Amino acid sequence: MSVKPGPFQASSAVVPSSTGERGVIQADGAATETVVGTDAVGAAVEASHARLPANWRRYLVRIAALVVAVMIWHLAAVNDLNLYLRFENVPNPVVVGTEFIAQLSSQTFYLHILHSMERIAIAYGLAVVIGIALGVMMGRSRFAEDIILPYIEILRPIPAVAWIPLAILMMPTEQASIVFITFLGALFPIVLNTVHGVEQTPKVLVRAARSLGASNAAILRHVVLPGALPSIVAGLAIGMGVAWFSLLAGEIISGQYGIGYFTWSAYTLVEYPKIIIGMLVIGGLGSLCTLLVRKGCAPLLRWQKEAGRS
Amino acid sequence: MTTAATTHHSAVLEHRDRFRPRQAAGKGHVSVRNVDIVFDTHHGPHTAVQGAQLEIQPGEFVCLLGPSGCGKSTLMNVVAGFVKPRHGELLVDGQPVAGPGPDRGMVFQQHSLFPWKTVKDNVAFGPLMAGVGPREAESVSRTFLSLVGLSGYADAYPSTLSGGMQQRVGIARALANYPSVLLMDEPFGALDAQTRTMMQENLLEIWSEFRNTVLFVTHDIDEAIFLSDRIVVMSASPGRIIADIRVKLERPRQAELLTSPAFMALKRECLALIREQTLHAFEQQNRKH
Ligand SMILES: Nc1ncnc2c1ncn2[C@@H]1O[C@H](COP(=O)(O)OP(=O)(O)OP(=O)(O)O)[C@@H](O)[C@H]1O
Ligand SMILES: [Mg+2]
Repeated sequence: MSVKPGPFQASSAVVPSSTGERGVIQADGAATETVVGTDAVGAAVEASHARLPANWRRYLVRIAALVVAVMIWHLAAVNDLNLYLRFENVPNPVVVGTEFIAQLSSQTFYLHILHSMERIAIAYGLAVVIGIALGVMMGRSRFAEDIILPYIEILRPIPAVAWIPLAILMMPTEQASIVFITFLGALFPIVLNTVHGVEQTPKVLVRAARSLGASNAAILRHVVLPGALPSIVAGLAIGMGVAWFSLLAGEIISGQYGIGYFTWSAYTLVEYPKIIIGMLVIGGLGSLCTLLVRKGCAPLLRWQKEAGRS
Repeated sequence: MTTAATTHHSAVLEHRDRFRPRQAAGKGHVSVRNVDIVFDTHHGPHTAVQGAQLEIQPGEFVCLLGPSGCGKSTLMNVVAGFVKPRHGELLVDGQPVAGPGPDRGMVFQQHSLFPWKTVKDNVAFGPLMAGVGPREAESVSRTFLSLVGLSGYADAYPSTLSGGMQQRVGIARALANYPSVLLMDEPFGALDAQTRTMMQENLLEIWSEFRNTVLFVTHDIDEAIFLSDRIVVMSASPGRIIADIRVKLERPRQAELLTSPAFMALKRECLALIREQTLHAFEQQNRKH
């Protein structure tokens, strides 16, 4: 549950709320879910040491579920099923698998992946730094919040695709416009979750720190940031999902390289197996990156896990 | 515990001389001068404390006793520097209080440890902020943890400790900063009766090492008599100081004292005085309206 592919989580954080609220509620929901998720993973890991067989059975069920889906796909594709969904243009799993193996020895395939990863790295890195900085400022200062919040309110609901024309017009290079769109996608969930985490700092802890002689900077470093970290990490994970989501939108419509471009050009060039390969690579890389973010941040949240154990 | 405390006597003093020489003995005079504390609420101004007048000598253990909502915490928060009085003046060692500071350590009722820091790092926080190096801060921390009997939990996170143990860490953390005034706001209020009595005994033992000024908020009269040199009684809304009782029981005090005739007699005396003064306060209020 904690490794859900990005876009599903993303959508809940990106959809504008009709009440005009700040969407912190959605962010909050995601945060809680993550916390529960981490605990659940921790519990599962513990359980796995104690009862290996029970967990093995669960993994077998998961694999079986996937195998069933592939078999249904295979049968539908081989028999050109046409029940509202049309399968005559859908390649079957064997064809896709063969093509995938062929792609693995093609240099361009890796070049596509490399370009996408590079864009993600630049855009996401910027979003993390700027997002956390903005979030902390907004959470600590009402004035900063009043200045920044209107921009976020107006820009956040605009989907990545809608940014494409303006990004192309304004940015010097195509690369810059795709990175810009990806950056925007990752930025908002990170900012909002950071604000939320920072605003939740317990007053008693700030008071305790002050009467122990802490300066404002020390309070930020020792109290506010660590306290906000669970929420920030949830924002980072959601942000990674949305980053992929936005990257793909940008790559499909413009660009010469990238896994999104690979997928879309497969459609225009009538190389249908490559569509499915592209999709699966996107799903796999998106999940992998989100997982990396979670695992990378886990040591920072060790105190929380210990708390859950008691 | 007694032996442990004496063993660490020298270590405690050594650390103090090294990083807080100013807070040596003789400090910790608190002077509350005609303090009014008013909060602006939705319904207009609300006077929480009125005309508070209080002199606490260095090294005195004073309990602030009163019913819930009478303004005990509020008055203590003024001494701590978290709340500004509307009128009046507050001096600690002759200096007006401008805000919170390490000369006034605070122990809160509960949930005030940093959950993301280990027990050891919680206690080391004050010394670190005072600018001693990490190594010395850690050694101070270890000294104080053994003082409260929690050496074995140095690397645990606070949430894995019981409520009583967490409060002991809170006390160690406040003391590790060598405050000349220790402020304690119902520190044992959330503990069961058995643990509370044990904590009170421990506190007195540890305090006998430091002999700094303590202002201790409680609404438990037994606790107040057992701990303090003086009980300052407050009346309810607006909070006013209505009695100031000296507790002339010998130290060191142990749990047996709680059932002794001397304790009982003093408690009876206190209750009568509090009752009389409370009625008097009510009458005054009625006359005003
Ligand atoms: N920040 C605040 N804003 C408005 N009113 C406040 C504030 N803090 C305290 N009060 C009011 O001041 C009065 C005294 O509160 P305080 O917390 O000092 O009581 P207390 O004696 O400590 O009670 P308890 O024993 O329950 O802790 C109460 O009526 C309370 O509602
Ligand atoms: Mg109180």
